[in-house]
Amino acid sequence: MAQPGKRVGLLVTCLVDLIRPAVGFAAVKLLEDAGCTVEAPRQSCCGQPAFNSGDRASARALAEQVIATFECYDYVVVPSGSCGGQVRVHYPELFHGDPNWHPRAARFAAKTYELTSFLTDVLGINKINARYAGTATYHDSCSSLREMGVRAQPRRLLAGIEGLTLAELPDADVCCGFGGTFCVKYPDISNAIVSKKAEAVAATGAGTLLAGDLGCLMNIAGKLQRLGRRVTVRHVAEVLAGMADGPAIGEPEPKRAAP
Amino acid sequence: MTLTSPQFKDNARAALADAQLQRALSKGLGFVERRRLAAERLPEFEALRDGARDIKNHTLAHLDLYLEAYEARVIAAGGQLHFAVTAEEARAIVVDICRKVCAKTVTKGKTMIAEEIGLNDFLEQNGIQPVETDLGEYLIQIRHEMPSHIIAPAIHLNKDQVEADFRRVHSHLPKDRNLAEPQTLLTEARGVLRERFLSADVGITGANFLVAETGTSIIVTNEGNGDLTQTLPKIHIVLATIEKLVPTLEDVSTLLRVLARSATGQDMSVYTTLSTGPRRPDDPDGPSEYHVVILDNGRSSMLGGGFAEMLRCIRCGACMNYCPVFNAIGGHAYGSVYPGPMGAVLTPALVGIDKAGHLPNASMFCGRCEEVCPVRIPLPRMMRAWREREFERHLSPATVRSGLKFWSFFAKRPALYGLVTALASRLLWLFGRSAGRFRRLPFAGGWTRHRDFPAPQGATFQAQWRRRRN
Ligand code: SF4
Repeated sequence: MAQPGKRVGLLVTCLVDLIRPAVGFAAVKLLEDAGCTVEAPRQSCCGQPAFNSGDRASARALAEQVIATFECYDYVVVPSGSCGGQVRVHYPELFHGDPNWHPRAARFAAKTYELTSFLTDVLGINKINARYAGTATYHDSCSSLREMGVRAQPRRLLAGIEGLTLAELPDADVCCGFGGTFCVKYPDISNAIVSKKAEAVAATGAGTLLAGDLGCLMNIAGKLQRLGRRVTVRHVAEVLAGMADGPAIGEPEPKRAAP
Repeated sequence: MTLTSPQFKDNARAALADAQLQRALSKGLGFVERRRLAAERLPEFEALRDGARDIKNHTLAHLDLYLEAYEARVIAAGGQLHFAVTAEEARAIVVDICRKVCAKTVTKGKTMIAEEIGLNDFLEQNGIQPVETDLGEYLIQIRHEMPSHIIAPAIHLNKDQVEADFRRVHSHLPKDRNLAEPQTLLTEARGVLRERFLSADVGITGANFLVAETGTSIIVTNEGNGDLTQTLPKIHIVLATIEKLVPTLEDVSTLLRVLARSATGQDMSVYTTLSTGPRRPDDPDGPSEYHVVILDNGRSSMLGGGFAEMLRCIRCGACMNYCPVFNAIGGHAYGSVYPGPMGAVLTPALVGIDKAGHLPNASMFCGRCEEVCPVRIPLPRMMRAWREREFERHLSPATVRSGLKFWSFFAKRPALYGLVTALASRLLWLFGRSAGRFRRLPFAGGWTRHRDFPAPQGATFQAQWRRRRN
């Protein structure tokens, strides 16, 4: 199963870097366990916020930066369908008609994968040895689903986790209302959409919500917590890597004994 | 109709607080489920969508030729063709035709173009009474509203609102009549409208397609009102726009197969009505004059540009049925004739991005609209293109622009970015670790007004990674 020698560049994403580094380390563990050599070069952002705000010049500058930093690796893996989609779908679009950059962007896009898709589709992993006790439901991020073709992959991997039962979320193909800057530009609309999603999550009866995108996870977790719903929320990589023992998203650290 | 797109945010807030509207929206019409089943039932549905897209692309690429061919056929069939560059011109042409027969009443089938040019108000100003014959259009007419959906104009209403409106407007009918059932409401509307059909001097319909091969205009309806509208009066006026053109009847059949399935999940609409010219000597009925008004209203300037693909739209409404934003706020909040994702792309082209800027911005780019659009219009990509225009023209809000500038300054300098984010996450962690999250955060009020924000875990990934590897 392990294919030694694969050098993987981890595009860690802004949110994971800043808010939940544990997801990055879970991704590293999953990739290293599978025999990859993982590197995380100094990086900032894939440029999606600029791209979606109409600032094409900044989006291009950041895309060039990412490509230049990561193109030496055999593969680029992203623990997010959204940032993955930016690279895979929108980088080539961004350089459309540029004879120098377009071929580069297209080559780069072709070797960039969302994490669970890389594990299954490229490395051929169908089962990971890990345990997680309880019932979980899974939220498909829009970009994973519609830009990256990721739906079966995380479910296949989760099916192999000992102790875990998966309860499907109704209307799983409906957006959670995050939408990057949308959630702060149109907070009331975003709230209406995430409220529906949070209620749907709670209605499954699952104790845990998993997804592959930290943006959606923060959005839904924040709403569940504001509503007082007791559902713990984690990135799917944490469960797959057997690293789901720390506090879940938005949960406090355990009190340490006074020194 | 007044454009309220600039007040989109206020409109949306009001819509979210409107319990009546929210009840209507939560019921919906079941279009989503029905479209899904219809698509599943037809194995070649995806291939048909490709076919439909290609037909539209081909027609748009040779629009001048097909327009000429169409014109020749219409004239050969005894019809009259009028071209209108602007909404004003189109309105004037319609009123002129009506005046020639001293028309007092005009019946109307469902046409979004009439909404686009504000035809009803204009007719009334000229002493001509327009009567909507499509049930949904009739409802919004008596309420003096705009359609809230392009195929289900009254989707924002509940049954009891309709009952109240009927009692108010049809005051000549017995007070104690039963209007509690949808069926009795429908029967009452039918009865009222039937009288009007007979007294109308002119009938106006829209067109789903104009066929270049035969000079035919085609409408699809589920109520059959369109047939009466166009056959009973002396004069039939078809209101259409340039992108309704299709080369052949064969092409129409492909488009019809995706249209109803995408719109309502039906295999076909109940009525598909073809009109070619006025009544011929041996026809049992039909109008004695047949006019087609073809409106441009900015569309030809979309040809060949970044928004040309929008002209493929066949107005099925699937994009709004599937849109989470539309489902949250309904169609009126968009403040323009065309709501939802298709409106977010089309409206700025018609009224200007300076007025309709919110529409392409109020999207999460979830991509559900593009996924179901029968002619595969890349709606999110074109909404983004509008955002780019806005940004280039310095129309985006100052807070957004300066925020972006500030952020991209750091993002373009990864080492500096690393320092700043390390500091920020450290600080947020210090303040947030005991609770694990924030109920309120400065500069993030949009977020924390409605949900908690998780505290970071401490050092950033990159800081920890570098520490580990060195
Ligand atoms: S954009 Fe596509 S989905 Fe929306 S109304 Fe037009 S044809 Fe239908």
